[in-house]
Amino acid sequence: MSTSVATPDLTGRRAPGLGGFNITVLRLEVRRLLRNRRTVLFTMVLPVVFFLIFGLNKQYANDRAGHGNVSAFIMISMALYGAILATTSGGAMVSIERAAGWSRQLRLTPLSPAAYIAIKMLTALVLGLGSVVAVYAVGALTGKPSMPGYLWLVTGLCVWVGSLLFAAFGLFMGYLLPTENVMQILSFALLLFSFGGGLFIPLSQFPHVLQTIAQYTPLYGLNQIVHDPLTGGRFHVAWLANVLVWLAIFAGGAAWRFRKDTARV
Amino acid sequence: MTVTNVDYGRPRDPAGSGTPQAVDLRGVHKSFGSVQAVRGIDLDITPGEIVAFLGPNGAGKTSTIDIILGLSRPTAGEVAVFGMQPRQAIARGLVSAVMQTGGLLKDLTVAETAQYTASLFAQSRPVAEVLKRAGITAIADRKVGKCSGGEQQRLRFAMALLSDPELLVLDEPTTGMDVEGRRGFWAAIREDAAKGRTVLFATHYLEEADDYADRIILVRQGQIVADGTGAEIKALAAGRTVRATLPGADEATLRGIAGADSVEVRGDTVLVHATDSDAVARYLLTSTPARDLEITTRGIEDAFIALTSDDADTTTKTTGESR
Repeated sequence: MSTSVATPDLTGRRAPGLGGFNITVLRLEVRRLLRNRRTVLFTMVLPVVFFLIFGLNKQYANDRAGHGNVSAFIMISMALYGAILATTSGGAMVSIERAAGWSRQLRLTPLSPAAYIAIKMLTALVLGLGSVVAVYAVGALTGKPSMPGYLWLVTGLCVWVGSLLFAAFGLFMGYLLPTENVMQILSFALLLFSFGGGLFIPLSQFPHVLQTIAQYTPLYGLNQIVHDPLTGGRFHVAWLANVLVWLAIFAGGAAWRFRKDTARV
Repeated sequence: MTVTNVDYGRPRDPAGSGTPQAVDLRGVHKSFGSVQAVRGIDLDITPGEIVAFLGPNGAGKTSTIDIILGLSRPTAGEVAVFGMQPRQAIARGLVSAVMQTGGLLKDLTVAETAQYTASLFAQSRPVAEVLKRAGITAIADRKVGKCSGGEQQRLRFAMALLSDPELLVLDEPTTGMDVEGRRGFWAAIREDAAKGRTVLFATHYLEEADDYADRIILVRQGQIVADGTGAEIKALAAGRTVRATLPGADEATLRGIAGADSVEVRGDTVLVHATDSDAVARYLLTSTPARDLEITTRGIEDAFIALTSDDADTTTKTTGESR
């Protein structure tokens, strides 16, 4: 055993840039998510199956919907459903990581809390992109959805970027709910939000009171916005207001819980 | 019990070279509400030392380690690690730690966990190298969730080696390991420490502290009660205890008996801990009206328990070891 006085090299040591953010971590995080069969099933397989069930129905699939057909409209809805499941799952991973003590372990590394959040958000977005691409690719293969080429890109992009709202939701819930089974609770919430947003059944088929309530649920504004390029550009500021208010609630809530979690007591 | 404080007065800058201490705690206190976990700890650890933090559960070991690692902030007092704030030292990879439990993701493999950790540092040792040093190369592709407790602990050790830290902190690292696992783990730590790394480990096994540390710091109720080499700590335990009934005993007089180390008076009972118990017994029986004399031997474990346990005279409650 050494009792001699060692002279530690303190000058050659430096902290990493970007608070420790790097591509290796992002790659491993995505791999982790994809390794979870349940996540893959819910975020990629399920929305594709829903599209195949609802989006190809001969009774209405070829009916006109704005610049395209109803099949395209449903494809966008299902891509959105998949993407929000994906980003919520990605955000809610913090719950599992906190339960496992991984968050605490990371505090013994140079990784800054902000870089950690950035990694979680980006991981969620990568998975969300997977959902959108899966639904759009299957849609294209069936040949049923019809809309101008640029609208495939524009609506897909709207869905993907918009799903960031639910990465914030997942993060908030991940910090709020101290459980490994957080996604079981959240998938139910997302199902309710999806009905409220009119993803599965057009809101016009709801009773009037429910229609009014639905307009204040978190998916309503986003669902309207992502379909707007297809249905014909009657953009309402209320949709954007809905998205921004919910974003403020989710991001604010996540920031609040995050600060509590990382505070040195 | 009289608190025995063996302070061998370690210099703050032994080399006189301006090299900061690996760990420097000054008057550190930590309270959780009304519970005082740490009650005034001063501690210097010189680079290169292997130090055991020995004490029973709830002595404040983990609370102190959390403060050194920057996981928690002291209620009062100062903390410096290599002359820096703990967080700065960690960001530079100067300090790493092996915690008791948790801190691993079940769905990553052993190698992936190490890659993940390695990528967070500005400089790090190759993953293959640390896996080899921790003796887990063979299970590199195994999912963490499928590893045994001992294997997971070796992975935590491998992760701690990645930044090639100057200070390695181990909090009860062998909890839950069997004897063989414990031996293997310490062999790896020891081999590593031979290269001059500073090691601080918490344990509640005296044997572990004695076998692997150059210096043992005994903590009890959030305070340091003894600080010395294994031999010095064991010397505290050497000797015997003479117990007798002596009404109106004068503590100062008893303390003056040649061979008496510590004296305790409980009502009519006196307890004298002595290296020369014969001399004490002779004195008590010939020069005082003492009766019912009894001489008992204290083993090392007894001494440890006596030094660290909460005895009846202490009115303060046991402090909770909060994490």
